[in-house]
Amino acid sequence: MNSENPENDKLKFSRRDVLAGLVSLPVLGVIGYGLMKHHESKKKLGSGLIRNIKPIIPAGIPSLVEGKTINIGMVGCGGRGGYLMKALGFVHPDRIDEFTEKANNNKYWADYLKEFNAQENLNIKITAICDVFEKNARRAIEIGANAFRNGKEGKMETAPKRYLRYHDLVAAPEVDAVIIATPDHLHVPIALEAARHGKHVYCEKPLSWTVAETFEIRNTVKETGIVFQLGHQGRQTESYQAAKSLIDQNVAGKISLIEVCTNRNDPNGAWVYDIDPEGNPDTIDWKQFIGPAPWHEFSLERFFRWRCWWDYSTGLSGDLFTHEYDALNQILKLGIPHSAMASGGIYFYKDGRTVPDVLNMTFEYPDRDLTLLYSATLSSEKNRGKVIMGHDAYIELNDTLIVNLDPKSTQYKEEIEKGILKPHEPIYSYVPGQGKIDAITTPTEKYFAGRGLLYTYRDGKAVDTTHLHLREWLNCIRLHDGTKPSCHIDQAFEEAITAHMGSISYLEGRRTYWDEVNEKII
Amino acid sequence: MEYSKSKLTALVLLRLAIGWHFLFEGMVKVLNPSWSSKAYLLDSGGFLKGFFEWMAHNTTILPVVDFMNAWGLTVVGFSLITGLFSRYASLVGIILLGLYYLSHPAYPGIDYLFPSDGSYFIINKTLVELFALYVIYSFPSDQFVGLERCWKYIKTPR
Repeated sequence: MNSENPENDKLKFSRRDVLAGLVSLPVLGVIGYGLMKHHESKKKLGSGLIRNIKPIIPAGIPSLVEGKTINIGMVGCGGRGGYLMKALGFVHPDRIDEFTEKANNNKYWADYLKEFNAQENLNIKITAICDVFEKNARRAIEIGANAFRNGKEGKMETAPKRYLRYHDLVAAPEVDAVIIATPDHLHVPIALEAARHGKHVYCEKPLSWTVAETFEIRNTVKETGIVFQLGHQGRQTESYQAAKSLIDQNVAGKISLIEVCTNRNDPNGAWVYDIDPEGNPDTIDWKQFIGPAPWHEFSLERFFRWRCWWDYSTGLSGDLFTHEYDALNQILKLGIPHSAMASGGIYFYKDGRTVPDVLNMTFEYPDRDLTLLYSATLSSEKNRGKVIMGHDAYIELNDTLIVNLDPKSTQYKEEIEKGILKPHEPIYSYVPGQGKIDAITTPTEKYFAGRGLLYTYRDGKAVDTTHLHLREWLNCIRLHDGTKPSCHIDQAFEEAITAHMGSISYLEGRRTYWDEVNEKII
Repeated sequence: MEYSKSKLTALVLLRLAIGWHFLFEGMVKVLNPSWSSKAYLLDSGGFLKGFFEWMAHNTTILPVVDFMNAWGLTVVGFSLITGLFSRYASLVGIILLGLYYLSHPAYPGIDYLFPSDGSYFIINKTLVELFALYVIYSFPSDQFVGLERCWKYIKTPR
């Protein structure tokens, strides 16, 4: 390809040289055109919607209200009780040692420990504990003493006092507020006594075990004026708050059906928990455990797997549906349904349990023109998600939020026809921690949006919602000005009545109705 | 180094194709202010997984990685298309592709969130493109077709 005389190359610059030098430049033009087109289509997609919508994104973690140290009494210090103490900043020293050792060669545990240590000190003391199982009580004393998040060798705080009976704990002067993490049938009896002693209450969900006590606790909380928070930590989930702001702005159009589900497929998820070898009639205060429940001879199975029996539990409806319900009550202010109908059975775990392991419930809201559908099985992990179906879009909710366009939408008809919005494709996504709602425009974004990847890792700042929920309760106690936590007693009342309507329908094989005027399930 | 017409055509076409790919990928990222390599890095697999995840988590490093990546792709692409310094550009491109490959190696048993467009074992399209750049590096064509031909003239003392 060189010219015949190489010397000439250095001297002459022929037309041929110019051509060969510049021949590839038109390619740049083509790429420029491609970029322009790419940019245009990207701008087009989503821009039409984003312009008019002003989503409200939660503004980070609310700061801690200053005030005196709050003394906490823990009633129920088993699995959930232990988790709540961790969310308060208290973990058993043995576990701290265990985390530290694992963190040396495992990134998951390193992050876990880092996240726990980064959790803000809530300025509380665990001054009293009560558990009917010796082992739980013993460990809770050691957990409560570990105010500095140390291992076994580290400095400890004064250990909390152990009370054998919850009646004495809630009456104790060194207790300002009580956290209840017992089986369902003991929630209200403990909460009632605590409230009557003027103690603030954080109670695990569901609020109640029977319908009658639901009214009693609501009245008592109101009369005493204590700060009450029900343990639905989903109240702190960012994507629910973002979803609410989008729905309030009619992004989804008229909502006619909401589908929520529970899908689990392992013994633990089906409440078949391990039976602790230390459990026996000497180490378990069986009589106190039974409380208001019908008498039954001592049974390790019933003690450790109490969720399997109506005698102590509220089954799928109270234990798992309530999470879903409370999320939707938060987003849509659903309130108590007009009617409920349930069916199901014990189809997989034929282990002597009385609560169903498959349950389907429909709740009708004729005033809102919508149905809430709950479907659960404890023997399949096929996750069906949480879907709010509107005429214009359907919203898939998780830790993340995706709004998908309905191709037959009326509201977006024009945009669909103009090609600004594509039918069946997601139009918004929200990933917590990013602080914004995106219009989805690239295949990668679409793919990652629903998988919560960024959430799990959000700069190591993934915050435990249970921590935030407890913190909100403590803030309200310190404010002492009538400010209510997000899952206050009226919300809790709606949650419990709705769950009971479902359970009664299942047990009696009939449709149940809510008589709003007389406040009665009929 | 002399090439037949056919060889030169093949080399230039390969150089233009890779340049096109790089430039477009680079410019799309440069023009999108919210683009970040974070999700890609977090999805890393293989023995350097920890290193790439560390980059994704590090708020100082990540913007540098994003900048170098977007502009690296753009500059390499521009150079390959115009035929100016494309030997150096090939080397930079090889490094970039090498890093992409190391973060998402095609080894059995590693699953990525972003699905693959085919079935690969060790060799995937990233690696093929990397070797193609090695060809570009070893058989330069800028001095025949490309701005370097003009550059050479300008640089030559008369």
